[in-house]
Amino acid sequence: MQIYLPIAEMSVNIFLILGMGGLVGMLSGLFGVGGGFLMTPLLFFVGVPPAVAVGTEANQIVASSVSGVLAHWRRGNVDLRMGAVLTVGGFFGSTFGVALFSFLRELGQIELVISLSYVVFLGAVGGLMFYESAKAILKRRGAPAGRVTSSARGPGRHTWMHGLPFKMRFRKSKLYISALLPLAIGFVVGILAAIMGVGGGFVMVPAMIYLLGMPTQVVIGTSLFQIIFVTANTTFLQATINQTVDVVLALLLLMGGVIGAQIGARMGAKLRGEQLRVLLAMIVLGVCLKLAFDLVVTPSEPFSFGGFGE
Amino acid sequence: MTVRIAALTLLFGLSLFRTADAQTVPLVADLSNHLVAITTGFTGTDVLLFGATDGPGDVVIVVRGPSKDVTIRRKDRVGPIWANSDALALRDVPSFYHVASNRDIAEFTSERVRALYEIGVENLKLKFIDPLQPDDVQKEYADALIRLNADLGLYNLENGKVSLLANRLFRAQLHFPANVPTGAYEVGIYLFRNGDVVSGEFVPLIISKTGIGAEVYDFAHNSAPLYGIFAIIIAVLAGWAAEAAFRRR
Repeated sequence: MQIYLPIAEMSVNIFLILGMGGLVGMLSGLFGVGGGFLMTPLLFFVGVPPAVAVGTEANQIVASSVSGVLAHWRRGNVDLRMGAVLTVGGFFGSTFGVALFSFLRELGQIELVISLSYVVFLGAVGGLMFYESAKAILKRRGAPAGRVTSSARGPGRHTWMHGLPFKMRFRKSKLYISALLPLAIGFVVGILAAIMGVGGGFVMVPAMIYLLGMPTQVVIGTSLFQIIFVTANTTFLQATINQTVDVVLALLLLMGGVIGAQIGARMGAKLRGEQLRVLLAMIVLGVCLKLAFDLVVTPSEPFSFGGFGE
Repeated sequence: MTVRIAALTLLFGLSLFRTADAQTVPLVADLSNHLVAITTGFTGTDVLLFGATDGPGDVVIVVRGPSKDVTIRRKDRVGPIWANSDALALRDVPSFYHVASNRDIAEFTSERVRALYEIGVENLKLKFIDPLQPDDVQKEYADALIRLNADLGLYNLENGKVSLLANRLFRAQLHFPANVPTGAYEVGIYLFRNGDVVSGEFVPLIISKTGIGAEVYDFAHNSAPLYGIFAIIIAVLAGWAAEAAFRRR
């Protein structure tokens, strides 16, 4: 069954879009990431103009994050204070990101910047995650009884980050750190979110764990919480400035997505943390390699329409 | 464009003269549908073109979509990666261009006539906004434009089919794919005899969005900030509703 997307101005198979939403939603529920980093390239692949894919994806992530955060909220796994600080940074970041997006679009370089951002961030995050969690799994298997296997990252570690001003106490995260740190992280992830059509969870989650040192159980809920506001801001700006938010496409994606996310969240409860992270790392690296390959390989058609989404 | 208009004016005058002279119209044609509505379930459509001639001859149909300015970019190698480097802009490019005929056009027309009436993609008069580019560069970009549009099904490289019946009646299925641009189309029908156009007729065709799709489009473009807020509210409600539905089980 075909359906016509009014903003993308194209006809797509409704079940293909629902299926894509469901699959990505499942991964999103499983890992607590927005799933945009998979959905946006998938939408490009189906032929949705990149500008529409990015704008619409932001809208869909609002829904999947609302859906995802509620369960974490009830379990008390959202650090509101941390979320608020990240959101303030993310708000400025995503506003700047949408402006940058429009500018790059005029230059004809937005696709390149999107691809390069994906390659760099997915490569770095996926590689790091894979290394860390593979090491943890190997240690667990190979460790003789009685050996201490905890990682070197304890709460007592002191670095230059702890010397920054404007310290705030984040009770739920058991942290006393400078507010500048989450503000900066929120800002950078906000830019990425706007340009790449993602929630930014795949950067935010590792940043919270490895840079801020937040306890794992509040990381996903807090990340989802701030993603709602950052992607809502991106949706509003993309709709206003670029008119690239396709509500029909977003509704289809989120119908599949919210159901998938629930299934994913249930599956996630039965799997171990390290195994989950190895799995996510492999998906992230796979997408990264595919995009890097497309950038390097000689294109079969070197010409393209420069109107971009028109 | 001016040459084309001159040709059409000439043709129009010619057909008027002939009509008055012979008391018969050499060519009449019409479409089964003058308005193609793009609805939510739109997957492309066929419009039947039918007509009659006053005797033997060859029929050529040219369908042109609304013109717009287009930019074509070319990728070049920058270090290890391929990136867009040069770009050329073209003015008033038809967004849709299909040709159909009852037999191979080269068999009954000269290159000059085809160029005059812009029959066939290779005869489209493409105008570059920067006219100072060398010819070979312009040709490269013009070819790319045609290739890209053909890949989208918006231009046809192989002519479509016109069926002739008893040298009097003709008909053709004009196909418009799902990604067809909206706007005012012009369907030109030419009657050829002895290598020249003896009569021509132009039938307008409107392709527009209707129903919910059109309303969403208008909403998004006419009240963009409100549309953005609306999109966010829908997303929040949908996310909340889905979670609530799953929680009860």
